[in-house]
Amino acid sequence: MAKPVLLLACGNLSRGDDALGPLLLEFVEAHCDLSEIELLTDFQLQIEHALDLENRGLVLFVDASVSCAGPFELTELEPALDSSYTTHAMSPAAVMAVYRSIKKQPPPPCFLLGIKGESFELGEGLSAKAAENLQQACRFALSLLSHTDVAVWRQQADSRHPLASYGHSRENR
Amino acid sequence: MYEHLETAENSENLKRVVVDPVSRVEGHGKVTLLLDENNQVKQARLHIVEFRGFERFIQGRPYWELPVLVQRLCGICPVSHHLAAAKAIDQLVGVDPENLTPSAAKLRRLLHFGQVLQSHALHFFHLSSPDLLFGFESDIGKRNIIAVLNAYPDIGLQGVKLRKYGQEVIRMVAGKRIHGTGAIPGGMNKALSQAERDYLLEDVDQMIKWAEDSVALIKKVHCSSLPYYDEFATIRSNYLGLIQPNGALELYHGGIRAKNDRGETLLDHFDYCRYNEAIHEEVRSWSYMKFPYLLSLDKENGWYRVGPLARVNNCDFIDTPLAEAARVEFKAHGGEAMVHSTLAFHWARLIELLHCAESIKVLLHDPDILGHDLVTQGEKRFEGIGVIEAPRGTLFHHYQVDENDIVTKANLIVSTTSNNMAMNESVRQVAAEYLSGRELTEPLLNNLEVAIRAYDPCLSCATHAVGKMPLQLELVDAEGRLVDKLVKHNDGTIDRHG
Repeated sequence: MAKPVLLLACGNLSRGDDALGPLLLEFVEAHCDLSEIELLTDFQLQIEHALDLENRGLVLFVDASVSCAGPFELTELEPALDSSYTTHAMSPAAVMAVYRSIKKQPPPPCFLLGIKGESFELGEGLSAKAAENLQQACRFALSLLSHTDVAVWRQQADSRHPLASYGHSRENR
Repeated sequence: MYEHLETAENSENLKRVVVDPVSRVEGHGKVTLLLDENNQVKQARLHIVEFRGFERFIQGRPYWELPVLVQRLCGICPVSHHLAAAKAIDQLVGVDPENLTPSAAKLRRLLHFGQVLQSHALHFFHLSSPDLLFGFESDIGKRNIIAVLNAYPDIGLQGVKLRKYGQEVIRMVAGKRIHGTGAIPGGMNKALSQAERDYLLEDVDQMIKWAEDSVALIKKVHCSSLPYYDEFATIRSNYLGLIQPNGALELYHGGIRAKNDRGETLLDHFDYCRYNEAIHEEVRSWSYMKFPYLLSLDKENGWYRVGPLARVNNCDFIDTPLAEAARVEFKAHGGEAMVHSTLAFHWARLIELLHCAESIKVLLHDPDILGHDLVTQGEKRFEGIGVIEAPRGTLFHHYQVDENDIVTKANLIVSTTSNNMAMNESVRQVAAEYLSGRELTEPLLNNLEVAIRAYDPCLSCATHAVGKMPLQLELVDAEGRLVDKLVKHNDGTIDRHG
């Protein structure tokens, strides 16, 4: 029986800031009640991950991002055709589109937690800036995952400063 | 053949057309064509633009970290690197392949069949079927897995589920889909439980049926467009891969067999621990990727192809019945000792997919697969070499360690590197046959990518040897004139020309 919430982290622990997704997953594994949450990690997304979306109430993709405006960003996703269809590494939106094609129904609500990274070389550790961003993202994820109401997640995704509700940003002011 | 297109005369006066990046290819590749004013192709090369220091990544680490660490070399075939490293590390702990326990050896084979099955399924159904089902020059908006799922829903779904099944085999044997510690020095870390075995058995017959259907599909696709499919990007080459002692197709362990384009044997049952005596790697200034060749020939004639086409060409038979029947049909179609069609890579790949599905079933019914005697111990050695047939071809891992078990030297020859010269030859063939004298369009450029994609290259795996690679950097202005040029030599010195 699938757990209602899926956290699917992408990245490679040995490619610098590409490790952000798996490291957040490790934090959640150590600090969260996992009775309702399934954790999965992979180097990159592929077509078969569409099958991991089955019977979920909420899905949180976690990945390093070079385009985040802040330390991290929560975005609600829609199924989409994009160029990642033609590569070995698909985007979360493309995985959702594969789900829709296979199942002939809309995918569950899916969100992307992007964490700002800047360096992705093989053999590198996490950059100092990415490590800071990870700390903030981990605190946010703990709070977010304590809710299983999609309305709360949408509220956070719509907020320009999601941390404002969770205290950490206030520490930095 | 088409070597005259590798380097054009007076290239500074030519128009540059770049296909970058090569989509549906792992890593970053770049095809550069230099055209004259009449759009005639004067130069064609496949470049590697990403540079990954594999050896540097491995050297300085304790050897026991490597089975996990090397999985991070590549997001596409982590299990292949995991098993090649494990075979090399077996030797470091004094265990030769024939001394693994039966259960450990069979669990490793099961893991490998799962990896090859999921990789081949991804390549055919996701990356190649859009081209093959809709046509190489069809609307780019159509050439993707979603269009396949919409137009051929059964085929698309089978691809997704075959891929998923292979991943489940990996998860059951290694404990996780990725970062698993299935193989450890001298054996395996985890036994397969009866419940896990039964779970995999539930779907295996369906997987065999779908794999069989996929072979019928590719045969139909190939044979319905003759002679095009036999001639597109086709080159005559040598072929190299592992082989069983009885001449059967082998993916996990065996000696090296190499044949020439006429099917004559160049190497047979050659001990892969002596690979340095048979294979050398040539460095060329314009590519990060090396060019391996057989020493028994020479640089010009010794290059070879690896992967499904090489393996199915080289073997005397396949030891699972459905795949063997498919092999016989495949060879009969070729009409000569070796099948040289580059697009026949797809056909051979699906024959192997079927072989993997059949072999998984055989292993799941073998009582040894549930055994708990999983580790063999031996006396420490200072050098280990592991070779397997990865989905894309022969993969070499070679390590030396010091008295503190730290890796002091590592050398990897990845499958895509072995196919480097062949991919360049196919690019040149396509450029010469299909692009010269025509206005360039996206579908035409896609023909080049189709040729490269047939090899299922993993370009991010194929570049290595930090500090050892001569590198040429050219700066060309808007008029096409060379204004500056730096050449970095093997010894690290840099010369400026221009």
